[in-house]
Amino acid sequence: MYNFEYQKAGSVADAAKAATGEAKIVAGGMTLIPTLKLRLASPSKLVDLGGIKDLVGIKAEGGGVTIGAMTTHAAVANSAEVKKAIPALADLAEGIGDPAVRNRGTIGGSVANNDPAADYPAACVALGATIVTNKRKIAADDFFTGLFETALQEGEIVTSISFPAPEKAAYQKFRNPASRYALVGVFVAKTKAGVRVAVTGAGEGGVFRKKSFEDALSKNFSAAALDGIKVDAKGLNSDIHASADYRAHIISVMAKRAVAAAK
Amino acid sequence: MADMGIGVSVKRREDARFLTGNGTYTDDINRHGQTHAIIVRSPHAHARIKKINQAKAKAMPGVVAIFTGEDMKVGSLPCGWLIKNQDGSNMVEPGHPPIAQGKVRHVGDPVVVVVAETRQQALEAAEAVTVDYEVLPSVSSLKAATKAGAPLVWDEAKGNICYDWALGDKAAVDAAFAGAHKIVKIDLVNNRLIPNAMEPRAAIGDFDKATGDYTLYTTSQNPHVIRLLMGAFVLSIPESKLRVVAPDVGGGFGSKIYHYAEEAIVTWGAGQLKRPIKWTAERSESFMSDAHGRDHVTHAELALDKDGKFLALKAETLANMGAYLSTFATCVPTYLHATLLAGVYTTPAIWCNVKAVFTNTVPVDAYRGAGRPEATFLLERIVDIAAREMKMDPAEIRRKNFIQTSQFPYQTPVALQYDTGNYDATLDMALKMIDYKGFAGRKAAAAAKGKLRGIGVSCYIEACGIAPSAVVGSLGARAGLYECANVRVHPTGSVSIFTGSHSHGQGHETTFAQVVAEKLGIPSEQIEIVHGDTAKVPFGMGTYGSRSIAVGGAALVKALDKIILKGRKIAAHLMEASEKDVEFKDGKFTVAGTDKAKTFGEVALTAYVPHNYPITELEPGLEEQAFYDPLNFTYPSGCYIAEVEIDKDTGTLEIMRFVASDDFGKIINPMIVEGQVHGGIAQGLGQALLESCVYDKDGQLLTGSYNDYCMPRADDFPNFDVQHTDKPTPCTHNPLGVKGCGEAGAIGAPPAVMNAICNALGVVHMDMPATPEKIWRAANAHMARAAE
Ligand SMILES: Cc1cc2nc3c(=O)[nH]c(=O)nc-3n(C[C@H](O)[C@H](O)[C@H](O)COP(=O)(O)OP(=O)(O)OC[C@H]3O[C@@H](n4cnc5c(N)ncnc54)[C@H](O)[C@@H]3O)c2cc1C
Repeated sequence: MYNFEYQKAGSVADAAKAATGEAKIVAGGMTLIPTLKLRLASPSKLVDLGGIKDLVGIKAEGGGVTIGAMTTHAAVANSAEVKKAIPALADLAEGIGDPAVRNRGTIGGSVANNDPAADYPAACVALGATIVTNKRKIAADDFFTGLFETALQEGEIVTSISFPAPEKAAYQKFRNPASRYALVGVFVAKTKAGVRVAVTGAGEGGVFRKKSFEDALSKNFSAAALDGIKVDAKGLNSDIHASADYRAHIISVMAKRAVAAAK
Repeated sequence: MADMGIGVSVKRREDARFLTGNGTYTDDINRHGQTHAIIVRSPHAHARIKKINQAKAKAMPGVVAIFTGEDMKVGSLPCGWLIKNQDGSNMVEPGHPPIAQGKVRHVGDPVVVVVAETRQQALEAAEAVTVDYEVLPSVSSLKAATKAGAPLVWDEAKGNICYDWALGDKAAVDAAFAGAHKIVKIDLVNNRLIPNAMEPRAAIGDFDKATGDYTLYTTSQNPHVIRLLMGAFVLSIPESKLRVVAPDVGGGFGSKIYHYAEEAIVTWGAGQLKRPIKWTAERSESFMSDAHGRDHVTHAELALDKDGKFLALKAETLANMGAYLSTFATCVPTYLHATLLAGVYTTPAIWCNVKAVFTNTVPVDAYRGAGRPEATFLLERIVDIAAREMKMDPAEIRRKNFIQTSQFPYQTPVALQYDTGNYDATLDMALKMIDYKGFAGRKAAAAAKGKLRGIGVSCYIEACGIAPSAVVGSLGARAGLYECANVRVHPTGSVSIFTGSHSHGQGHETTFAQVVAEKLGIPSEQIEIVHGDTAKVPFGMGTYGSRSIAVGGAALVKALDKIILKGRKIAAHLMEASEKDVEFKDGKFTVAGTDKAKTFGEVALTAYVPHNYPITELEPGLEEQAFYDPLNFTYPSGCYIAEVEIDKDTGTLEIMRFVASDDFGKIINPMIVEGQVHGGIAQGLGQALLESCVYDKDGQLLTGSYNDYCMPRADDFPNFDVQHTDKPTPCTHNPLGVKGCGEAGAIGAPPAVMNAICNALGVVHMDMPATPEKIWRAANAHMARAAE
């Protein structure tokens, strides 16, 4: 680890002011601290959001939920509001990492980091969530822009994420046996406006929507509707853990299982 | 001492300190005036070092010294075993400098050592060192290294061959094959593994300006071996001037046997600087600098008669040595592998050829099981294939070929002589444990759920209790493999045991205390087990090859017997009886037929306060030492059976049951033995299902962290049903009748689960690790065949 200054921000405005240039925001630190330990990043300053109470908490709103950026994965997994409105989201949070990670890692950190194998991006995209920052509101479809890339600008801080409630939804994750991140994760949501299917872990550019699945499922929301729809391996990751072909196949299997499990 | 003696599941006394964070590991030790070393390692698999630019780093705050290969011209890190080629010539044995000299030969090869006042300063300065390399062509796999015209790791090793060795009677094998009813074949890869002990390696070198003595604190399984190798071969420091301490060590699995470069670097450097130097590996450094394990490519053939009796076996193996010969690397694929190819079977003729190959990768050496897992995997896979092709039940073809209890001692065609065993007993027990007969029903029930269920049997044997010195000496070992124990009885009757068997997770402090309690009849609080310090323990060859209780325990018994012998003389004098009438039992010396008695404590006190003492016949004091050199290896054996279910859609596998029936002879602490087997099975299943070290074609390590190297986790496995055979066969040639249990799980488990997978899928063979993708592909092919 390189030396850095540490500042505990008292408010989002403070944090935004401090988090410019070489400074970096730290939330749960589950991704950032290991990066620092490996000396892969050398921020001049860490601005800790941990003291900002407004960023923590879950509110039921308009049938959906709004989750503060500093809410931990464990809090989401155990939230009565989330379980009621979007049980699939609580299930997803329950499946992230291990207990230590779930009790430190935050939803804001996860979406801001946009790891291509992370789970939350799939939920955000499939549920049509809105990412709220200190500056604006960004639709999930516009937020995740590439590998570890988001629409966030310098000094922009995620404050909360609003998830409208679907009619039905489910998330199915096929774990990478080593990292236990998603080798393939498929989030299927049936909403009034139609079905949305988001895939994480598999795509070369991170989370993506699977239009052919969405069209088929919008007509007939059943696993059988996906029979015979071929998933193209082009644009999918191929690495020592799995080939692109296998990932393509697993996308179909996970999507079907998600449809069957949707509630 | 019924609560404490042999056969009791005494709780591990060392766990209190480990579980409360009070262990003392090498990195917990800090010496006065200590400096910190960071090692700049090669980013290339093979390159010429053109220039090392260190001026900038030298000027940085806190930097004490920078050492390169030019500065550290010392002896070579030695290889402990000379293997002869088939033509009688010696293996190619290139040098292994602690810091690279002129060339680097694998990613992670040490190039520059930066020493600074703090670790942070050393890290900063190490980043400021730049090295100009001329990158050379490299070979990172057995296949690449053995291709015609492949780049050479060592100019002197033509075709990258270190040795071309063979064991067995080739003519007899060829004759048997010529007359065989059936020949079955297999081509397999025994996947390369990275050991991953919980505690990364660390070393502190210290130099005493007043005496000129060196001390090395290190994460070692065998401090005396390190003192011998480093003192005699690398740094030319006599034993009297060199102390090696291996304090609490957090796991080794073989990877902490070897003498590593960093140990020599910090010891030599401490002498140069006249200050202590500490080095502690980061986890990423462990991945690229700890010796790796396995890495064989094998072709084997088994000849059978029409009844399924094995007539002959031949195997040809390429074994990866990595870039340098690590301490025991050369004996692993030869004398720890080919000699086990008889297994538990009466195969009359066996021939095995092993070619050891240099590659531009980290050295490969013994890893839990060392050669024996490779032999067992080969044998138990090809036997399964034979059963399939002969349309015989896999359990029955094994039983048909077992060495019978009446045949012991049994001379195998590959050098070993098994003293005892009962292979039917462990097979029967395991079949019962898993309800083998009920398998068809369970398979049908699984099929009804859309799952493929399979069962796999594996009967293993291993050669442990390593090893008779004269035997291994005649085979090229450059060391003796006895063990030493010293028993110091203190005046009040408490006892300190000094053993050369190092404990790094095995629970020796408990097991060895049980042996002492049993022999001397004293409570465990009075017994201290000391190990891991050459200044305290007279000598030792260390812990590996499941040798601690079989060899170290035997030395301990010998020393305890000497104590009892002397105690009896003292007691006879005190009780005015003839020595031959004095009995020792439950901590008391008594005279037969009288009520005279002296406790062990009274006798100890007399030895140190010899007022009434046979002083003309006996020295005062009560301390004895013994060396024990085993007469033979020990031969633990057993049967493991795995049952798996496969999800055809994804290739995901679930182990439904795993049963183990082992014969370790006499058992000192059943709970510790069960724990050892559990851990071994987890490692074995890790190899079979999850773990694999991958280098790319340019020699870059792709599995350099836990994101990519898949370590087993508890939820990957069911609870293993581990039981000891109901018909144990105690070892016939050591005083405790023990055989050793540390490696069995890692040896027996891989073929059991791979046989179960092949059985479920109806395929002949699958290489490890059986990843979901591999299984899915095979399941698909299976369904395609079934549809035809
Ligand atoms: C062992 C392990 C296993 C894991 N397994 C999984 C898994 O299975 N699935 C999964 O999805 N994730 C997994 N993770 C990642 C985990 O979910 C992290 O917690 C998450 O990715 C980052 O959240 P954090 O709060 O820890 O963020 P930090 O590490 O503190 O920050 C991450 C990045 O986001 C930025 N950031 C943080 N908060 C904000 C904000 N409010 N606004 C703007 N930028 C911000 C930081 O500057 C930094 O760049 C795992 C992590 C570990 C260590």
